[in-house]
Amino acid sequence: MLRTVAVTLLLLPLVLIAAPPVHAQEAPDALVKRIAEETLTTIRSDKELQAGNPAKVKQLIESKLVPNFDTARMTALAMGRNWRSATPEQQKQLTEQFKTLLIRTYSNALTNYRDNAMTYKPLRMNAGDTEVIVRTEVTRAGQAPVPIDYSMEKTPEGWKAYDVVVAGVSLVTNYRDEFNDAMKSSGVDGLIKTLADKNKGSAPK
Amino acid sequence: MNRPDSLFRRTVLFLAGTSALLGGCAAAPSRDDPFEPWNRAMYEVHQVVDGNVVKPIAEAYVKTMPEQIRTGVSNFFGNIDDIFTGINNVLEGRGNQAGDDFGRVLLNSTFGIGGILDLASMAGINKDKKDFGITFGKWGAPPGPYLFVPLWGPTTVRDGTGTVVRFFISPLGYIPDVAVRNSIYGVGYLDGRAQALSAESVLDTAALDRYRFLRNAYLKNRRYQVYEGKPPPEEDEEEPAPGAAPGAPPPK
Repeated sequence: MLRTVAVTLLLLPLVLIAAPPVHAQEAPDALVKRIAEETLTTIRSDKELQAGNPAKVKQLIESKLVPNFDTARMTALAMGRNWRSATPEQQKQLTEQFKTLLIRTYSNALTNYRDNAMTYKPLRMNAGDTEVIVRTEVTRAGQAPVPIDYSMEKTPEGWKAYDVVVAGVSLVTNYRDEFNDAMKSSGVDGLIKTLADKNKGSAPK
Repeated sequence: MNRPDSLFRRTVLFLAGTSALLGGCAAAPSRDDPFEPWNRAMYEVHQVVDGNVVKPIAEAYVKTMPEQIRTGVSNFFGNIDDIFTGINNVLEGRGNQAGDDFGRVLLNSTFGIGGILDLASMAGINKDKKDFGITFGKWGAPPGPYLFVPLWGPTTVRDGTGTVVRFFISPLGYIPDVAVRNSIYGVGYLDGRAQALSAESVLDTAALDRYRFLRNAYLKNRRYQVYEGKPPPEEDEEEPAPGAAPGAPPPK
């Protein structure tokens, strides 16, 4: 009896160490892989998603992708130094509009490129890193692979992406020029309006 | 190597001369795109011609031609691309990759029936993509002013020069029958345009100003290729603290 208790007590710490804590953070590369594969599997098994049903695609992205992105930081990145000249309320509106624009862009990209396979590069990360780049590649038959890099940051709610770089083109900072332009001609509210109009589906210039 | 070199210099001089003439009156709006007003005008011309003629043909081609045929066509032209990828990997001193490229060409040209089948990819010999513009960049040539060429698309003085060099030494140029040669050029153009349809649709959704978005994406992508996927940060890159999450360093 005493022996059993002793052994149990001895083993208890081991069990506690071995059992993963409930709120363990998923590693950034594992997160990217899981989300990408789950999203692609969902699209491949759903005819309506493949046909580009806007409501369904939007729902998929809202539930699967948006929670894993830091949209406020993405908007700040796209704005560059102009971010500071926006009031907190304007920043909120900008983030909301930019998020919608990114969702629309991803929906389009996902439906267009759903048949491609993804490969995931080994992650280079040091213990304690709070920023990493997860590198992936999209491979298409008979084409050179297209690298897609996700810039990730560690947050209390887990790792989140704040930039997506496709073949060297940041889907976030590529907007800086256009945002600057809109800011110069019509200020922060003008930019919010430009984004809102764009999201309502009006054709770009 | 005498020919491309002198051609390179002549073309650079020619392009630089014309661009300077054409854009001379513009108040330089951007370091990379000093001829923006001219380029925008060319972009408008392109939109009209492409949108009314070329794009509908490319869309009809995708809709009516079975996928196997379109893949065969893409593979045929992709095989010619592989020759140039190999040449440029040699010029850049990447012997191993060049070996893979020429191995692909050899395998696909013979057992792949003139390149129609991409057997090399199935055999796991990966495709690479290189061109003279990238090689010139590696050798230290700056991109020079950005140019938008109607019915061709975005380029720069350096990359455009590379395209001209390729055109002059392309094996397709040695086809004696003019009608056959021009038909092949035509199909190649259509194939390239059809392949760009998906990317174009994403661009349309994403861009507030398509001209700008395309230009910036093109320049960034080329820079990335010249630096083999590890471009040094540019001096004007900065990131402000995004309110709630301050102190974040800029991405590499």
